[in-house]
Amino acid sequence: MSPTDPLAPAPLDAPIEAPLLVARGIRKSFGEVEVLKSIDLTVPRGDVVALIGPSGSGKTTVLRSLNGLEVPEAGTVAFAGGDVVDFAERPTKRQLASLRDRSAMVFQQFNLFPHRTVLENVIEGPVQVQKRPKAEAIADARALLERVGLGAKADAYPFELSGGQQQRVGIVRALALKPQLLLFDEPTSALDPELVGDVLDVIRELATEGWTMVLVTHELTFATHVADTIVFMDGGVVVESGPPSEVLQNPREPRTKQFLHRLLDR
Amino acid sequence: MNESLWDLLLRSFLPIVGGAVTGTIPLALLSFALGLVIALGIALMRLSRIFVVSGIARVYISIIRGTPLLVQLFVIFYGLPSIGILVDPWPSAIIAFSLNVGGYAAEVIRAAILSVPKGQWEAGYTIGMSRGQTLVRVILPQAARVSVPPLSNTFISLVKDTSLASLILVTELFRQAQEIAAFSQEFMALYIEAAVVYWVICLVLSSAQSVLEKRLDRYVAH
Repeated sequence: MSPTDPLAPAPLDAPIEAPLLVARGIRKSFGEVEVLKSIDLTVPRGDVVALIGPSGSGKTTVLRSLNGLEVPEAGTVAFAGGDVVDFAERPTKRQLASLRDRSAMVFQQFNLFPHRTVLENVIEGPVQVQKRPKAEAIADARALLERVGLGAKADAYPFELSGGQQQRVGIVRALALKPQLLLFDEPTSALDPELVGDVLDVIRELATEGWTMVLVTHELTFATHVADTIVFMDGGVVVESGPPSEVLQNPREPRTKQFLHRLLDR
Repeated sequence: MNESLWDLLLRSFLPIVGGAVTGTIPLALLSFALGLVIALGIALMRLSRIFVVSGIARVYISIIRGTPLLVQLFVIFYGLPSIGILVDPWPSAIIAFSLNVGGYAAEVIRAAILSVPKGQWEAGYTIGMSRGQTLVRVILPQAARVSVPPLSNTFISLVKDTSLASLILVTELFRQAQEIAAFSQEFMALYIEAAVVYWVICLVLSSAQSVLEKRLDRYVAH
Protein backbone atom coordinates (compact mmCIF):
# COMPACT_ATOMS: atom_id res chain seq x y z
CA MET A 1 0.00 0.00 0.00
CA SER A 2 1.51 3.32 -1.02
CA PRO A 3 1.89 6.08 1.56
CA THR A 4 -0.50 8.29 -0.40
CA ASP A 5 -3.25 5.67 -0.33
CA PRO A 6 -6.15 7.25 1.56
CA LEU A 7 -6.86 3.85 3.09
CA ALA A 8 -3.42 3.37 4.54
CA PRO A 9 -3.87 3.07 8.28
CA ALA A 10 -2.75 6.21 10.00
CA PRO A 11 -0.38 5.78 12.92
CA LEU A 12 -1.96 5.73 16.34
CA ASP A 13 -0.85 9.28 17.02
CA ALA A 14 -2.44 10.30 13.74
CA PRO A 15 -2.79 14.02 13.24
CA ILE A 16 -6.14 15.35 14.27
CA GLU A 17 -7.00 16.12 10.62
CA ALA A 18 -6.91 12.45 9.55
CA PRO A 19 -10.45 11.14 9.22
CA LEU A 20 -11.44 8.83 12.03
CA LEU A 21 -13.25 6.46 9.71
CA VAL A 22 -13.13 5.87 6.01
CA ALA A 23 -15.48 3.53 4.20
CA ARG A 24 -15.04 2.88 0.50
CA GLY A 25 -17.08 1.03 -2.10
CA ILE A 26 -19.54 -0.62 0.28
CA ARG A 27 -21.85 -2.95 -1.63
CA LYS A 28 -24.59 -5.04 -0.16
CA SER A 29 -27.45 -7.11 -1.56
CA PHE A 30 -30.28 -8.85 0.21
CA GLY A 31 -31.11 -11.67 -2.15
CA GLU A 32 -31.76 -10.12 -5.56
CA VAL A 33 -32.08 -6.59 -4.22
CA GLU A 34 -28.96 -4.49 -4.31
CA VAL A 35 -29.45 -2.19 -1.33
CA LEU A 36 -26.04 -0.50 -1.41
CA LYS A 37 -24.34 0.29 -4.69
CA SER A 38 -20.82 1.29 -3.79
CA ILE A 39 -21.08 3.72 -0.92
CA ASP A 40 -18.21 5.94 0.19
CA LEU A 41 -18.26 7.61 3.57
CA THR A 42 -15.65 9.68 5.36
CA VAL A 43 -16.09 10.60 9.00
CA PRO A 44 -13.71 13.30 10.20
CA ARG A 45 -12.68 13.26 13.83
CA GLY A 46 -15.06 15.20 16.03
CA ASP A 47 -17.68 15.55 13.31
CA VAL A 48 -21.31 14.55 13.22
CA VAL A 49 -22.35 12.88 9.99
CA ALA A 50 -26.09 12.50 9.48
CA LEU A 51 -27.43 9.95 7.01
CA ILE A 52 -30.84 10.92 5.70
CA GLY A 53 -33.10 9.63 2.96
CA PRO A 54 -36.35 7.81 2.31
CA SER A 55 -37.11 4.39 3.81
CA GLY A 56 -35.28 1.67 1.98
CA SER A 57 -32.57 4.03 0.80
CA GLY A 58 -29.96 1.91 2.57
CA LYS A 59 -28.88 4.36 5.27
CA THR A 60 -29.31 1.92 8.16
CA THR A 61 -27.45 -0.75 6.19
CA VAL A 62 -24.54 1.65 5.72
CA LEU A 63 -24.47 2.33 9.45
CA ARG A 64 -24.59 -1.38 10.29
CA SER A 65 -21.79 -2.09 7.83
CA LEU A 66 -19.49 0.21 9.78
CA ASN A 67 -19.40 -2.19 12.74
CA GLY A 68 -19.95 -5.41 10.84
CA LEU A 69 -23.51 -6.08 12.02
CA GLU A 70 -24.15 -6.23 8.31
CA VAL A 71 -21.41 -7.86 6.30
CA PRO A 72 -21.19 -6.20 2.87
CA GLU A 73 -20.14 -8.17 -0.21
CA ALA A 74 -17.49 -5.65 -1.08
CA GLY A 75 -15.87 -2.52 0.21
CA THR A 76 -13.51 -1.50 2.97
CA VAL A 77 -13.94 0.09 6.36
CA ALA A 78 -10.96 1.45 8.22
CA PHE A 79 -10.49 3.36 11.42
CA ALA A 80 -7.50 5.64 11.78
CA GLY A 81 -4.80 3.52 13.36
CA GLY A 82 -6.71 0.28 12.80
CA ASP A 83 -6.88 -2.55 10.30
CA VAL A 84 -8.39 -1.99 6.90
CA VAL A 85 -11.28 -4.42 6.90
CA ASP A 86 -11.84 -5.56 3.32
CA PHE A 87 -15.22 -7.19 2.98
CA ALA A 88 -14.24 -8.87 -0.28
CA GLU A 89 -13.17 -11.67 2.03
CA ARG A 90 -15.17 -12.93 4.98
CA PRO A 91 -14.10 -10.73 7.89
CA THR A 92 -12.22 -12.50 10.65
CA LYS A 93 -13.26 -12.27 14.29
CA ARG A 94 -10.25 -10.07 14.87
CA GLN A 95 -11.30 -7.67 12.13
CA LEU A 96 -14.85 -7.44 13.40
CA ALA A 97 -13.50 -6.87 16.89
CA SER A 98 -11.28 -4.07 15.59
CA LEU A 99 -14.39 -2.30 14.25
CA ARG A 100 -16.52 -2.98 17.31
CA ASP A 101 -13.84 -2.01 19.83
CA ARG A 102 -13.72 1.46 18.37
CA SER A 103 -17.41 2.05 17.94
CA ALA A 104 -20.58 1.74 19.96
CA MET A 105 -24.14 1.67 18.72
CA VAL A 106 -27.45 3.10 19.85
CA PHE A 107 -30.41 1.20 18.42
CA GLN A 108 -33.84 2.32 17.28
CA GLN A 109 -35.43 -0.29 19.58
CA PHE A 110 -32.93 0.44 22.42
CA ASN A 111 -32.03 -3.27 22.77
CA LEU A 112 -31.29 -2.93 26.46
CA PHE A 113 -30.73 -6.22 28.27
CA PRO A 114 -34.11 -6.74 29.97
CA HIS A 115 -32.75 -9.11 32.61
CA ARG A 116 -30.23 -6.62 33.90
CA THR A 117 -30.74 -3.37 35.80
CA VAL A 118 -29.87 -0.04 34.24
CA LEU A 119 -26.50 -0.01 36.01
CA GLU A 120 -25.75 -3.61 35.02
CA ASN A 121 -26.61 -2.77 31.42
CA VAL A 122 -24.12 0.07 31.44
CA ILE A 123 -21.21 -1.76 33.10
CA GLU A 124 -21.64 -5.00 31.13
CA GLY A 125 -19.28 -3.97 28.31
CA PRO A 126 -16.65 -2.21 30.44
CA VAL A 127 -16.46 -5.08 32.97
CA GLN A 128 -17.07 -8.19 30.86
CA VAL A 129 -15.38 -7.11 27.63
CA GLN A 130 -12.91 -4.39 28.51
CA LYS A 131 -12.04 -6.06 31.86
CA ARG A 132 -12.03 -2.78 33.71
CA PRO A 133 -12.24 -2.89 37.51
CA LYS A 134 -15.88 -3.17 38.51
CA ALA A 135 -15.79 -0.36 41.08
CA GLU A 136 -14.35 2.04 38.53
CA ALA A 137 -16.90 1.00 35.90
CA ILE A 138 -19.73 1.51 38.38
CA ALA A 139 -18.47 4.97 39.34
CA ASP A 140 -18.23 5.95 35.67
CA ALA A 141 -21.65 4.50 34.93
CA ARG A 142 -23.26 6.39 37.80
CA ALA A 143 -21.68 9.65 36.67
CA LEU A 144 -22.91 9.13 33.12
CA LEU A 145 -26.42 8.21 34.28
CA GLU A 146 -26.45 11.31 36.45
CA ARG A 147 -25.55 13.41 33.44
CA VAL A 148 -28.54 12.22 31.42
CA GLY A 149 -30.83 12.67 34.40
CA LEU A 150 -31.18 8.99 35.26
CA GLY A 151 -29.05 8.80 38.40
CA ALA A 152 -32.07 7.69 40.40
CA LYS A 153 -32.87 4.86 37.98
CA ALA A 154 -29.61 2.93 38.29
CA ASP A 155 -31.26 -0.03 40.00
CA ALA A 156 -34.44 -0.07 37.90
CA TYR A 157 -35.05 -2.70 35.23
CA PRO A 158 -35.53 -1.46 31.66
CA PHE A 159 -39.26 -2.33 31.66
CA GLU A 160 -39.76 0.18 34.47
CA LEU A 161 -38.55 3.06 32.28
CA SER A 162 -40.23 5.10 29.56
CA GLY A 163 -38.97 4.79 26.00
CA GLY A 164 -37.08 8.06 26.27
CA GLN A 165 -35.41 6.94 29.48
CA GLN A 166 -34.52 3.57 27.96
CA GLN A 167 -32.93 5.28 24.99
CA ARG A 168 -30.89 7.52 27.26
CA VAL A 169 -29.66 4.37 29.01
CA GLY A 170 -28.86 3.02 25.55
CA ILE A 171 -26.74 6.09 24.91
CA VAL A 172 -25.02 5.80 28.30
CA ARG A 173 -24.31 2.12 27.64
CA ALA A 174 -22.57 3.18 24.42
CA LEU A 175 -20.65 6.02 26.08
CA ALA A 176 -19.45 3.79 28.90
CA LEU A 177 -17.38 1.85 26.37
CA LYS A 178 -15.41 5.04 25.69
CA PRO A 179 -15.62 4.45 21.95
CA GLN A 180 -14.03 6.62 19.30
CA LEU A 181 -17.20 6.61 17.23
CA LEU A 182 -20.87 6.60 18.19
CA LEU A 183 -23.36 5.08 15.77
CA PHE A 184 -27.00 6.06 16.12
CA ASP A 185 -29.64 4.09 14.21
CA GLU A 186 -32.79 6.22 14.15
CA PRO A 187 -32.51 6.79 17.90
CA THR A 188 -35.84 8.60 18.23
CA SER A 189 -38.00 6.73 15.71
CA ALA A 190 -39.49 4.36 18.28
CA LEU A 191 -40.31 7.11 20.76
CA ASP A 192 -43.54 8.89 21.51
CA PRO A 193 -43.28 12.46 20.15
CA GLU A 194 -43.14 14.05 23.60
CA LEU A 195 -40.13 11.90 24.56
CA VAL A 196 -38.04 12.71 21.50
CA GLY A 197 -36.75 16.01 22.85
CA ASP A 198 -34.93 14.57 25.87
CA VAL A 199 -33.02 12.13 23.73
CA LEU A 200 -32.14 14.72 21.10
CA ASP A 201 -30.90 17.03 23.85
CA VAL A 202 -28.45 14.37 25.00
CA ILE A 203 -27.20 13.75 21.46
CA ARG A 204 -26.85 17.50 20.86
CA GLU A 205 -24.79 17.81 24.01
CA LEU A 206 -22.49 14.98 22.92
CA ALA A 207 -22.00 16.69 19.56
CA THR A 208 -21.01 19.89 21.34
CA GLU A 209 -18.50 17.97 23.43
CA GLY A 210 -16.80 16.80 20.27
CA TRP A 211 -17.90 13.18 20.03
CA THR A 212 -17.58 11.74 16.56
CA MET A 213 -20.93 10.36 15.45
CA VAL A 214 -22.72 8.83 12.53
CA LEU A 215 -26.43 9.29 12.85
CA VAL A 216 -29.28 7.84 10.82
CA THR A 217 -32.24 10.09 11.40
CA HIS A 218 -35.55 11.41 10.16
CA GLU A 219 -35.28 14.50 12.35
CA LEU A 220 -34.19 16.96 9.67
CA THR A 221 -34.38 20.06 11.82
CA PHE A 222 -32.24 18.36 14.40
CA ALA A 223 -29.78 17.19 11.74
CA THR A 224 -29.53 20.76 10.44
CA HIS A 225 -28.45 21.94 13.86
CA VAL A 226 -26.05 19.21 14.97
CA ALA A 227 -24.58 17.71 11.80
CA ASP A 228 -21.40 18.88 10.17
CA THR A 229 -22.15 16.78 7.13
CA ILE A 230 -25.44 15.60 5.72
CA VAL A 231 -25.36 12.55 3.49
CA PHE A 232 -28.53 12.15 1.45
CA MET A 233 -29.08 8.61 0.22
CA ASP A 234 -31.64 7.19 -2.16
CA GLY A 235 -31.86 3.81 -3.87
CA GLY A 236 -28.59 2.58 -2.40
CA VAL A 237 -26.42 5.46 -3.55
CA VAL A 238 -25.23 8.70 -1.99
CA VAL A 239 -27.10 11.31 -4.01
CA GLU A 240 -25.41 14.29 -2.44
CA SER A 241 -23.48 15.20 0.65
CA GLY A 242 -22.14 18.34 2.23
CA PRO A 243 -22.83 20.75 5.06
CA PRO A 244 -26.49 21.15 6.06
CA SER A 245 -26.53 24.66 4.65
CA GLU A 246 -25.97 23.16 1.20
CA VAL A 247 -27.73 19.80 1.23
CA LEU A 248 -30.78 20.79 3.24
CA GLN A 249 -31.15 24.45 2.50
CA ASN A 250 -29.79 24.62 -1.00
CA PRO A 251 -29.84 21.14 -2.56
CA ARG A 252 -28.37 20.65 -6.02
CA GLU A 253 -29.83 17.29 -6.92
CA PRO A 254 -33.47 16.96 -8.04
CA ARG A 255 -33.92 13.83 -5.90
CA THR A 256 -32.81 15.69 -2.79
CA LYS A 257 -35.18 18.55 -3.58
CA GLN A 258 -38.02 16.12 -4.13
CA PHE A 259 -37.34 14.36 -0.81
CA LEU A 260 -37.17 17.61 1.14
CA HIS A 261 -40.30 18.91 -0.55
CA ARG A 262 -42.27 15.82 0.38
CA LEU A 263 -41.20 16.21 4.00
CA LEU A 264 -41.98 19.92 4.10
CA ASP A 265 -45.39 19.48 2.44
CA ARG A 266 -46.58 17.40 5.34
CA MET B 1 -60.71 -51.31 55.07
CA ASN B 2 -59.50 -53.92 57.50
CA GLU B 3 -56.80 -53.35 60.02
CA SER B 4 -54.16 -55.56 58.45
CA LEU B 5 -54.37 -53.61 55.18
CA TRP B 6 -53.82 -50.33 57.02
CA ASP B 7 -50.96 -51.93 58.78
CA LEU B 8 -49.48 -53.07 55.48
CA LEU B 9 -49.80 -49.59 53.96
CA LEU B 10 -48.10 -48.06 56.98
CA ARG B 11 -45.34 -50.62 57.05
CA SER B 12 -44.73 -50.31 53.29
CA PHE B 13 -44.74 -46.52 53.37
CA LEU B 14 -41.20 -46.21 54.64
CA PRO B 15 -39.63 -48.57 52.07
CA ILE B 16 -41.57 -46.88 49.25
CA VAL B 17 -40.57 -43.37 50.31
CA GLY B 18 -37.09 -44.75 50.85
CA GLY B 19 -37.14 -45.94 47.25
CA ALA B 20 -38.09 -42.43 46.20
CA VAL B 21 -35.35 -40.82 48.27
CA THR B 22 -32.55 -43.21 47.31
CA GLY B 23 -33.76 -44.14 43.84
CA THR B 24 -36.35 -42.06 42.05
CA ILE B 25 -35.26 -38.58 43.16
CA PRO B 26 -31.49 -38.87 42.69
CA LEU B 27 -32.04 -40.72 39.42
CA ALA B 28 -34.30 -37.96 38.14
CA LEU B 29 -32.11 -35.09 39.36
CA LEU B 30 -28.88 -36.51 38.02
CA SER B 31 -30.38 -37.52 34.67
CA PHE B 32 -32.06 -34.15 34.28
CA ALA B 33 -28.87 -32.21 35.04
CA LEU B 34 -26.84 -34.30 32.58
CA GLY B 35 -29.72 -34.19 30.12
CA LEU B 36 -29.78 -30.39 30.17
CA VAL B 37 -26.08 -30.25 29.37
CA ILE B 38 -26.63 -32.63 26.45
CA ALA B 39 -29.70 -30.66 25.38
CA LEU B 40 -27.84 -27.34 25.34
CA GLY B 41 -25.10 -28.90 23.22
CA ILE B 42 -27.61 -30.48 20.83
CA ALA B 43 -29.64 -27.24 20.63
CA LEU B 44 -26.54 -25.23 19.73
CA MET B 45 -25.54 -27.85 17.15
CA ARG B 46 -29.03 -27.73 15.72
CA LEU B 47 -28.72 -23.94 15.37
CA SER B 48 -25.36 -24.24 13.65
CA ARG B 49 -25.04 -22.97 10.10
CA ILE B 50 -22.77 -25.91 9.31
CA PHE B 51 -25.05 -28.47 7.69
CA VAL B 52 -23.26 -31.56 8.98
CA VAL B 53 -23.37 -30.29 12.56
CA SER B 54 -27.06 -29.38 12.51
CA GLY B 55 -27.75 -32.64 10.66
CA ILE B 56 -26.19 -34.74 13.43
CA ALA B 57 -28.35 -32.91 15.98
CA ARG B 58 -31.47 -33.48 13.88
CA VAL B 59 -30.78 -37.20 13.61
CA TYR B 60 -30.13 -37.45 17.35
CA ILE B 61 -33.38 -35.71 18.22
CA SER B 62 -35.26 -37.82 15.72
CA ILE B 63 -33.95 -41.11 17.13
CA ILE B 64 -34.60 -40.13 20.75
CA ARG B 65 -38.11 -38.93 20.05
CA GLY B 66 -38.89 -41.67 17.60
CA THR B 67 -38.10 -44.65 19.83
CA PRO B 68 -39.68 -45.68 23.14
CA LEU B 69 -37.75 -44.85 26.29
CA LEU B 70 -38.21 -48.42 27.49
CA VAL B 71 -36.55 -49.70 24.33
CA GLN B 72 -33.65 -47.25 24.79
CA LEU B 73 -33.26 -48.48 28.35
CA PHE B 74 -33.27 -52.13 27.26
CA VAL B 75 -30.80 -51.54 24.46
CA ILE B 76 -28.32 -50.14 26.97
CA PHE B 77 -28.87 -52.62 29.80
CA TYR B 78 -29.76 -55.85 28.00
CA GLY B 79 -28.45 -55.09 24.51
CA LEU B 80 -24.96 -53.76 25.06
CA PRO B 81 -23.73 -56.84 27.01
CA SER B 82 -24.19 -58.95 23.87
CA ILE B 83 -21.51 -56.85 22.19
CA GLY B 84 -19.34 -57.08 25.27
CA ILE B 85 -20.29 -53.85 27.01
CA LEU B 86 -21.65 -54.46 30.49
CA VAL B 87 -23.27 -51.51 32.19
CA ASP B 88 -24.65 -51.72 35.73
CA PRO B 89 -28.31 -50.90 36.37
CA TRP B 90 -27.76 -47.41 37.80
CA PRO B 91 -25.38 -46.13 35.12
CA SER B 92 -27.60 -47.70 32.45
CA ALA B 93 -30.61 -45.84 33.78
CA ILE B 94 -28.75 -42.55 34.05
CA ILE B 95 -27.33 -42.87 30.55
CA ALA B 96 -30.71 -43.72 29.04
CA PHE B 97 -32.64 -41.03 30.89
CA SER B 98 -30.14 -38.25 30.29
CA LEU B 99 -29.84 -39.07 26.58
CA ASN B 100 -33.63 -39.04 26.44
CA VAL B 101 -33.98 -35.71 28.24
CA GLY B 102 -31.19 -34.38 25.99
CA GLY B 103 -33.29 -35.07 22.91
CA TYR B 104 -36.53 -33.60 24.19
CA ALA B 105 -35.09 -30.60 26.01
CA ALA B 106 -32.88 -29.72 23.02
CA GLU B 107 -35.94 -28.62 21.07
CA VAL B 108 -37.23 -26.61 24.03
CA ILE B 109 -33.89 -24.84 24.44
CA ARG B 110 -33.55 -24.23 20.73
CA ALA B 111 -36.99 -22.62 20.59
CA ALA B 112 -36.21 -20.55 23.69
CA ILE B 113 -32.96 -19.28 22.17
CA LEU B 114 -34.79 -18.37 18.97
CA SER B 115 -37.44 -16.53 20.97
CA VAL B 116 -34.91 -13.93 22.13
CA PRO B 117 -35.02 -10.96 19.73
CA LYS B 118 -32.16 -10.62 17.25
CA GLY B 119 -31.46 -7.14 18.62
CA GLN B 120 -30.20 -8.72 21.83
CA TRP B 121 -27.45 -10.55 19.92
CA GLU B 122 -26.62 -7.31 18.13
CA ALA B 123 -26.49 -5.35 21.38
CA GLY B 124 -24.04 -7.94 22.72
CA TYR B 125 -21.85 -7.73 19.63
CA THR B 126 -21.78 -3.93 19.61
CA ILE B 127 -20.55 -3.75 23.20
CA GLY B 128 -17.71 -5.98 22.03
CA MET B 129 -18.89 -9.40 23.15
CA SER B 130 -18.09 -12.56 21.24
CA ARG B 131 -20.80 -14.97 20.13
CA GLY B 132 -20.13 -17.20 23.11
CA GLN B 133 -20.15 -14.35 25.59
CA THR B 134 -23.38 -12.97 24.16
CA LEU B 135 -24.94 -16.43 24.33
CA VAL B 136 -24.01 -16.97 27.96
CA ARG B 137 -24.56 -13.48 29.35
CA VAL B 138 -27.36 -12.11 27.19
CA ILE B 139 -29.29 -14.83 25.39
CA LEU B 140 -29.41 -17.84 27.74
CA PRO B 141 -30.64 -15.91 30.80
CA GLN B 142 -33.55 -14.65 28.72
CA ALA B 143 -34.10 -18.05 27.11
CA ALA B 144 -34.14 -19.63 30.56
CA ARG B 145 -37.24 -17.66 31.49
CA VAL B 146 -39.10 -18.85 28.42
CA SER B 147 -38.04 -22.45 28.85
CA VAL B 148 -39.00 -22.97 32.50
CA PRO B 149 -42.58 -24.13 31.85
CA PRO B 150 -41.76 -26.63 29.07
CA LEU B 151 -38.64 -27.87 30.88
CA SER B 152 -40.71 -28.38 34.03
CA ASN B 153 -42.94 -30.63 31.96
CA THR B 154 -39.91 -32.57 30.81
CA PHE B 155 -38.70 -32.93 34.38
CA ILE B 156 -42.04 -34.07 35.75
CA SER B 157 -42.34 -36.62 32.95
CA LEU B 158 -38.86 -37.82 33.78
CA VAL B 159 -39.71 -38.33 37.45
CA LYS B 160 -42.52 -40.63 36.44
CA ASP B 161 -40.50 -42.31 33.69
CA THR B 162 -37.87 -43.36 36.21
CA SER B 163 -40.33 -46.07 37.23
CA LEU B 164 -39.17 -47.83 34.05
CA ALA B 165 -35.81 -48.31 35.74
CA SER B 166 -37.48 -50.92 37.92
CA LEU B 167 -37.38 -53.13 34.82
CA ILE B 168 -33.60 -53.01 34.73
CA LEU B 169 -33.30 -53.85 38.42
CA VAL B 170 -32.82 -50.35 39.85
CA THR B 171 -34.26 -50.23 43.33
CA GLU B 172 -36.50 -47.21 43.27
CA LEU B 173 -39.96 -46.24 44.38
CA PHE B 174 -41.96 -48.46 42.07
CA ARG B 175 -39.76 -51.51 42.45
CA GLN B 176 -40.17 -51.32 46.21
CA ALA B 177 -43.93 -51.19 45.78
CA GLN B 178 -43.85 -54.10 43.34
CA GLU B 179 -41.84 -56.27 45.68
CA ILE B 180 -44.09 -55.65 48.66
CA ALA B 181 -47.17 -56.15 46.47
CA ALA B 182 -45.90 -59.46 45.17
CA PHE B 183 -45.11 -60.62 48.67
CA SER B 184 -48.39 -59.50 50.25
CA GLN B 185 -50.63 -59.99 47.18
CA GLU B 186 -52.23 -56.57 47.90
CA PHE B 187 -51.64 -55.15 44.43
CA MET B 188 -54.34 -52.50 44.37
CA ALA B 189 -53.38 -50.96 47.69
CA LEU B 190 -49.66 -50.86 47.06
CA TYR B 191 -49.81 -49.54 43.50
CA ILE B 192 -52.17 -46.79 44.61
CA GLU B 193 -49.82 -46.00 47.44
CA ALA B 194 -46.96 -45.75 44.95
CA ALA B 195 -49.09 -43.54 42.70
CA VAL B 196 -49.83 -41.20 45.59
CA VAL B 197 -46.13 -40.85 46.41
CA TYR B 198 -45.36 -39.99 42.75
CA TRP B 199 -48.17 -37.51 42.78
CA VAL B 200 -46.90 -35.78 45.92
CA ILE B 201 -43.41 -35.50 44.43
CA CYS B 202 -44.87 -33.91 41.30
CA LEU B 203 -46.97 -31.50 43.37
CA VAL B 204 -43.82 -30.32 45.08
CA LEU B 205 -42.14 -29.90 41.69
CA SER B 206 -45.07 -27.90 40.33
CA SER B 207 -44.88 -25.44 43.19
CA ALA B 208 -41.11 -25.21 42.73
CA GLN B 209 -41.85 -24.33 39.12
CA SER B 210 -44.11 -21.43 40.11
CA VAL B 211 -41.49 -20.09 42.50
CA LEU B 212 -38.85 -20.25 39.77
CA GLU B 213 -41.15 -18.59 37.23
CA LYS B 214 -41.90 -15.73 39.62
CA ARG B 215 -38.21 -15.26 40.27
CA LEU B 216 -37.34 -15.15 36.57
CA ASP B 217 -40.27 -12.84 35.84
CA ARG B 218 -39.05 -10.07 38.10
CA TYR B 219 -37.61 -8.09 35.22
CA VAL B 220 -40.64 -8.37 32.95
CA ALA B 221 -43.54 -5.93 32.78
CA HIS B 222 -46.78 -7.38 34.13
